[in-house]
Amino acid sequence: MTISEELMLQMYRYMVLGRLFEQSAEQLTHKGLIPGAFHTGIGEEATHVGACLALTHKDYIIPTHRGHVADIIKGADPGRLMAEILGRATGYCGGRGGSVHIADAASNNLGVQAVLSAAYPVAVGAALTQKRANTGRIVLAMFGDGASLMGTFHEALNLSAIWHLPVVWVCVNNQYAMSTSFAEASAIANVADRACAYNMPGHVVDGNDVMAVYETVREARERALAGGGPTLIECKTYRQGGHSTFDTNPYRPQEELDAWSKRDPITQFEQRLRERGILDEKRITQIADGVRQQVDEAEEFALSSPEPPPEAGVEFVFRSSEVE
Amino acid sequence: MTTREITFRDALNEALQEEMGREEGVFIIGQDIYGGPGGYQGAFKVTKGLAKDFRDRLLDTPMIEQTIVGAAVGAAMTGSRPVAEIMFEDFITLAMDLLVNTAAKTHYMTAGQYCVPIVVRAACGAVGVGPQHSQTWTSWFMHIPGLYVVLPSTPYDAKGLLKTAIRDDNPVLFLEHKKLYNVKGRVPEEEYEIPFGEARVLCPGDDVTVVAIGYMAGLATQVAGTLRDQGLSVEVIDPRTLAPLDLETIFQSVRKTHKVVVVAEDCKTAGPTAEIAALVSEACFEYLDAPVGRVGARDAPIAHNVGMSEYILPDAADIHEAVQRVIAW
Ligand SMILES: Cc1ncc(C[n+]2csc(CCOP(=O)(O)OP(=O)(O)O)c2C)c(N)n1
Ligand SMILES: [Mg+2]
Repeated sequence: MTISEELMLQMYRYMVLGRLFEQSAEQLTHKGLIPGAFHTGIGEEATHVGACLALTHKDYIIPTHRGHVADIIKGADPGRLMAEILGRATGYCGGRGGSVHIADAASNNLGVQAVLSAAYPVAVGAALTQKRANTGRIVLAMFGDGASLMGTFHEALNLSAIWHLPVVWVCVNNQYAMSTSFAEASAIANVADRACAYNMPGHVVDGNDVMAVYETVREARERALAGGGPTLIECKTYRQGGHSTFDTNPYRPQEELDAWSKRDPITQFEQRLRERGILDEKRITQIADGVRQQVDEAEEFALSSPEPPPEAGVEFVFRSSEVE
Repeated sequence: MTTREITFRDALNEALQEEMGREEGVFIIGQDIYGGPGGYQGAFKVTKGLAKDFRDRLLDTPMIEQTIVGAAVGAAMTGSRPVAEIMFEDFITLAMDLLVNTAAKTHYMTAGQYCVPIVVRAACGAVGVGPQHSQTWTSWFMHIPGLYVVLPSTPYDAKGLLKTAIRDDNPVLFLEHKKLYNVKGRVPEEEYEIPFGEARVLCPGDDVTVVAIGYMAGLATQVAGTLRDQGLSVEVIDPRTLAPLDLETIFQSVRKTHKVVVVAEDCKTAGPTAEIAALVSEACFEYLDAPVGRVGARDAPIAHNVGMSEYILPDAADIHEAVQRVIAW
């Protein structure tokens, strides 16, 4: 599979967008403008971008609480995304969901499951609909290393395999679940090694290599569409920041942080594209300026959006046939 | 309307058969609901014979309650209308998260972008299989905004309510009492649905109101018959759906009789009778001539031993006694 220059530039741009967008949300949280905490996927951009670019607009996705660029690639508008993070009326869920419940039905984004164990069964069900109706779409379910140790992982991966469902399981192994390191929490070193227990292919990928992630997910998608069933892909990456904006992150060794920041996915990819003559200083500045402007606009849109009326907080509890 | 006599089980079976015939998106997911050639056909045989027309819509899974309910949610979010079967209501605790946090909250969390038209059917009630296969839990679920809770007490209601449940765009918990599966009743040949939130007056009366839920509705009707012979006129109301709850029918009756007893098989403490009693007290205080009576199970798991389980569970004698008590007040 060859990746066009155009796609490489798209990958690069989305990674930069993902980073700036989350940095912006992080700052808004520190300014007290975002209720609760915000989780960034800074350092993991290659995984979120590579996996999502391998999809079509019609494919379904269950993203994670990090890597909000996934929503954008799928089709969400950054302004409405930021507005939801701020809890504003113009956000995707009208302020009811917030950053850990972004869902956008128009782009077949099924939304994050913030009770992390729920993502697997929901993905199985969505994939079941695709298979029964023969829609030619797949479901991409993303989850963390910590979430891979939950019971529903076993139930759902097994079921997806015996039913040959068109689902691609992508683990964002950023090495930590809050302060719990995967190395200490898991009996085996690779999440992907569990694939053999479900008789499905398992791949360990460098999650900081956007092209590798893209290619692996792409192949798994094709396999699923051809009736080959699910694949488990583990992207090894690193959460460069704390767990959330609340986390001062004292539990990780400095050497570890340093080693991973040398492997920053954006810097690495930028270097690669420079070497290939696809990027130069001018182009990089151009892209950075464009992205900066896009994020500023999103922020402005969100900040100037109205708060929802408090009484709207009890709307949408039930679907009523009269309302819809 | 032409009617015939069929069992509660067959009434449910007909509803499933008809709704699968009506809409391609309806399928059933659960354990041993088909069960291969010959077929287990569900722990209580509710899916009996459905494989004939709908073999590929009876989806047998391993013992994965969380994933049964969660997959139903994901399928529903993408346009299907699944019916999930949980063998015993006791096991719903495994699927609690998916039911309460995912199914019931999705429409809300996404501001109506997604809805979750699922029905989770589960067998409740004690028939002697011990503490982990005997539970009737309703108030837990009445407590959850975004979830409907349905408990039919007759074959007629079972069929009409299950059809409504399948067609509704919200998640529904549909509880089937094990002692009712073989009970017969008249059911129309013609198509019908029963709207949610409409209680049924099982027998009209003037002296006292008995609100009886699920299996208890039948027992309360028996007690009303006995008391009628003794010159007491008892109005028995079966709410049929606990969420939504038809308070108007209950309040109207209480305003007429001035006395009320609420009956459910759940443990009495924080059970559905507590909520209904509180609502009646809030809305009808000045009409009440006696404190609201409540009948429920004793606060214990349901023992396997027959004598013990009978001691724990409410029965006709308990209802009778509670009615006498409010009458004598
Ligand atoms: C069922 C459940 N337990 C705990 C949490 C709290 N929590 C939120 S994120 C998180 C860490 C998850 O780790 P991982 O799956 O590796 O994802 P990451 O945060 O690293 O992206 C925890 C424990 C939760 N959201 N859901
Ligand atoms: Mg992690």
